[in-house]
Formats: sequence, C-alpha cells, structure tokens
Amino acid sequence: MAAVQDKFTEMTWPSSPEKATLEAKNKFLGFWFFLGGETVLFGSLFATYLALKDKVPDSSHPLAKDLYSMELTFAATMLLLTSSLTSVYAMYHMKNFNFQRMQAWLLITVLLGAAFLGLEIYEFSHYVHEGHTFTSSAFGSAFYSLVGFHGGHVAFGLLWILSLMVRNAKRGLDLYNAPKFYVASLYWHFIDVVWVFIFTVVYLMGMVG
Amino acid sequence: MENLRPNSANPKADLIYRRKKNAEEMRYQVVSFALMIFLTLIAFAAVHFDGFSHWFVAPFIMLLAVVQVIFQLYYFMHMSHKGHETPQLFLFSGLAVALITVLTFVTITWI
Repeated sequence: MAAVQDKFTEMTWPSSPEKATLEAKNKFLGFWFFLGGETVLFGSLFATYLALKDKVPDSSHPLAKDLYSMELTFAATMLLLTSSLTSVYAMYHMKNFNFQRMQAWLLITVLLGAAFLGLEIYEFSHYVHEGHTFTSSAFGSAFYSLVGFHGGHVAFGLLWILSLMVRNAKRGLDLYNAPKFYVASLYWHFIDVVWVFIFTVVYLMGMVG
Repeated sequence: MENLRPNSANPKADLIYRRKKNAEEMRYQVVSFALMIFLTLIAFAAVHFDGFSHWFVAPFIMLLAVVQVIFQLYYFMHMSHKGHETPQLFLFSGLAVALITVLTFVTITWI
C-alpha cells in the first residue's frame, strides 16, 4: 500500500489518491458520517423555520414575502453553484497530479464563496434596518438560525480551504494532503446541497406566500 | 480495489488511459452543472411568473430542488462511484431522521 511519505510523479500517482492509504479511507468514511449528522442538524433547523415562518407578534413586523428579494437570492445562488463546479475542477486537477492548477481552482472557489458571504452580510444588515432581527420575532430567530448556520458553514469552509492552500503551498501533492483537499471539497459541495434547499424552501416559497 | 492495483507494466499507457478517463468524467460533471443551472432557472422563473397557483409552484420547485441535489450528491460528490455504500448508509440515515423531523414540525406542532 502506498504511504503518506512517498514521493510521486504523475506516472506513479494512484487513480484514487483520496482513498489510497488507510488514514485516507478512515478520513473518507468519518467525513461522510459527519455529513450524515450535518443533515440531521440542518433538517432540524429547516423544521423549526417551517413551523415558525411568519410567526410575528403584530402586523408592524415584516413577513417573508415583504423581505425576500429575488435578484439577491438569484445572484447568491449562481455564485455558490458555480463555486461548487470550480471545486470539482480543483479535484480533477488533483487526480491528474497538477498541484498548481488545483490551487488556482481552489482560489477561484474561495473568491466565489467570499462573494456569496458578502451578499449574505449585505442582506442581513438590510433586514435589520427593516426591523427583522434575531430577537424581533420567532420568525426572525428561526430565519437567522437556519440561514446564519449555513452562512457560518460557508465562512468555516472558506477558512478551511484557505488554510489547506497556504499550509501546503510549498509541499505539493502527496498522499498526506490529497485526502484533506478531497474532504474539504466534499464539505463545500454539502454546503451547496443545503443552499439548494434554502433558496427553494426559504426564499422561493417565501416569495410565493 | 482499484486504487490498490499496482500501476500497469506500461506506466505511460496507464497514464494516458487515466487522463482520458478523468477528462471524460469532467465532461459529465460540466453537463450535470449545466442541468443544475437549468433547474435553478426554471425554479426562479416559476416563482417570478405570477400566473401559477401556490399549490402548484411549491411542490414543483421542491421537486426541482430534489433532482438538483441528486445531481450534486451523485456526480459532484461522486456518490455514484463504487466504494460509496457506507457513505450512502450514513447520508440516507441522516436524511431519514431529518425528514421525520420536518414532517413532525409541519404537521403536529402548533404555535
């Protein structure tokens, strides 16, 4: 079995580097187990949001259909969906043992993710000005818990991918770090999976009424 | 398992083969991305166009979201590849708990 300290060339690089060592296999399984737990976490937050949607103390509080903007949600969705594809490109170059290109695509992924986060911060500050805050209503608490938790995941994912890029900048690719990059890209796709349900269940269904 | 198989006696041919296979897979990934964007556009358009009833639009865009997530899981996250039986068990177990939680909160809670 290949070992983490082995040096590789593109000829000797294994076809599935993310599962080529025992540690990598354990990481792979452990991470999917974690994603199963994350599914439960977001399921509970979605359930809470659906139960508390538009539950406000009086009519002076804005409701979902007064708040959400289609243009902003659409822009955020396109940014995050595209960043999912760019991280697929990064893993494509990882499998081809092309470290520089992998780093370049990861950087594009990070930039798109940061733009998404910027839009979300703008959106939240706009809502706060309209009187929709975490403590203003049950609806506000449920909304910021769900969407904020997702935004927190995006922020964590950005820091994670950036740390991997910086820490391994001089090391190049080997079986020590290839599984780390792979698992981080799985996390990034999972964030996108959650966003697909957020833009559908929270924003689009909120606009429909 | 595939990744434990030593590289073939002809490493050059092996490399060319794997490059080709990776490039082919990348093409499928781009196709699934295009489909995901397409599904997203339909969902936004269905909401933007005022003519449809709420009772049609809500389940319709939910269906589009589920299809899009299947693409994301099975292509982008490689769940269609072999060796993903345990990840499927983990993910679908989590999903079962999540769906029961959502079902409970939208049916038998009242505030």
